[in-house]
Amino acid sequence: MASGEEDGAVEEKETNNKKKRTKSAIAIAWLTVYNIAMTAGWLVLAVAMIRFYLQKGTHRGLYRSIARTLKFFQTFALLEVGHCAIGIVRTSVIVTGVQVCSRIFMVWFIASSIRQVQNQESVILFLVVWTVTEITRYSFYTFNLLNHLPYFIKWARYNMFIVMYPLGVIGELMTIYAALPYVRRSGMYSLRLPNTYNVSFDYYYFLIIVMLSYIPLFPQLYFHMLRQRRRVLHGEVIVEKDE
Amino acid sequence: MKQVEILDTETKEQLCFLDKVEPHSTISDIKGLFHKSYPRRYPARQALTLHPQGNLLKDDEVLQNLPGGTTAKLYFRDLGPQLGWTMVFLSEYVGPLLIYLLFYFRVPYIYTPKYTFTSSPHPVVSLACACHSFHYIKRLVETIFVHRFSHGTLPLRTMLRNCVYYWGFSAWLAYYINHPLYTPPSYGERQIKYALFIFMLCEAGNFSIHYSLNSLLGEGPKCRRFPHPSKNPFTWLFFFVSCPNYTYEVGVWVSFSIMTQCVPVALFTLLGFVQMTIWAKGKHKAYTREFKDYPALRMPILPFIP
Repeated sequence: MASGEEDGAVEEKETNNKKKRTKSAIAIAWLTVYNIAMTAGWLVLAVAMIRFYLQKGTHRGLYRSIARTLKFFQTFALLEVGHCAIGIVRTSVIVTGVQVCSRIFMVWFIASSIRQVQNQESVILFLVVWTVTEITRYSFYTFNLLNHLPYFIKWARYNMFIVMYPLGVIGELMTIYAALPYVRRSGMYSLRLPNTYNVSFDYYYFLIIVMLSYIPLFPQLYFHMLRQRRRVLHGEVIVEKDE
Repeated sequence: MKQVEILDTETKEQLCFLDKVEPHSTISDIKGLFHKSYPRRYPARQALTLHPQGNLLKDDEVLQNLPGGTTAKLYFRDLGPQLGWTMVFLSEYVGPLLIYLLFYFRVPYIYTPKYTFTSSPHPVVSLACACHSFHYIKRLVETIFVHRFSHGTLPLRTMLRNCVYYWGFSAWLAYYINHPLYTPPSYGERQIKYALFIFMLCEAGNFSIHYSLNSLLGEGPKCRRFPHPSKNPFTWLFFFVSCPNYTYEVGVWVSFSIMTQCVPVALFTLLGFVQMTIWAKGKHKAYTREFKDYPALRMPILPFIP
């Protein structure tokens, strides 16, 4: 679910080239810089992960080695919510917000704060998925803004998610599931009764609810993206026939 | 005499052809005729438009004022099962009333077995139960005897969503107030007494406003007047606020939060305040647009705050 894709930005950039020219030059410049920076950031992460694995031969300790860079770039993505809010990117603020928040939740409140799960294979799974997805996505936006979109990037953007998305969800769910016993034992992020303000919060049950929420949300997002893909690729076919 | 053709908005196929319709018939009459051919599609769930993406035609629109020659073409969309406002409010209010009581009497499976059917040693817990129940009983009484609702209806889906919200929240806050480990308010008796006093004042205020709004509507929908303060001191809030019923409602829940000193109650109060502010602002805008002599001092929900 966190390996999500925003489609509004794509639609806007693909169909409204004329509108883009009238859009503020500063906005375009900023977005180009932002997307290049993010592409670079995730490339750095990918390289760091590969190097670690080649040098150490194991995935143990891999998360710890890239944790700071991951936190930085994933948290930086909050800016995308701002882009939608001020209108320079045509996507729903809520959709972007939910996607970025779920990523930040995984990074800060699961992987980084629960040390015992950091060496799980499922962590590597979602890290790989996220890295591939984000490099594709940000380079897609970058090339779009520069008006030079290589077909293979467009292809990657609209086809890789079919495999990446379910894999990412599996990685995330397995990681949360692995974290449950440690959360229960330590009572972390939880508030117990009695207390002056008569409220309680159980992080363990909260995580279970989070996992259950994937059930209604994942299919909706997945089929939405499938529909987007059909629309974009279907539209493309028609154009080719005319030519 | 005119003819009316009704097509399905999505499939564009003809659903119904009405012959010999009086030109001065209203949309409401046409909906009635459509209902005869489709007994399950009662008028409240019919949405008729002039174009497939057009605006909903109001029930009091007259046929001869609509564009088109001798045959008027209308598009039909099914709004789904609808419920009258009375039904909606009754279900929304009966739930919280009964659910809270389940927690108050500590029925089995909610708290640990040794607390089943026990009662709390704190008097404020019983007081809170009395207040909460009073609040919802008052609302039920108002729904049945005081409010006069328009013909409007609510889709089933919306009502279910509202019920989940009200019922869920009342379960959540009842859980904490009636919990064996409940902690009474920090400032003890004094806090509870003051909160109770404000609670009762706001309930009385809220009821006064509903009563006064009801007598306004009583003169028929054609008479368009906005509410005024009357001899009842509680209605003097109308000098400052367009929707004092919402103001008093917020007051009720704020005082209940203070009385119970419980965060879930405060959260419910906050969400209710946000929602009611949105409604109040809408109402205020409608009033100021419709009445040129609308008092400038009045604010939507909080005095002096626009």
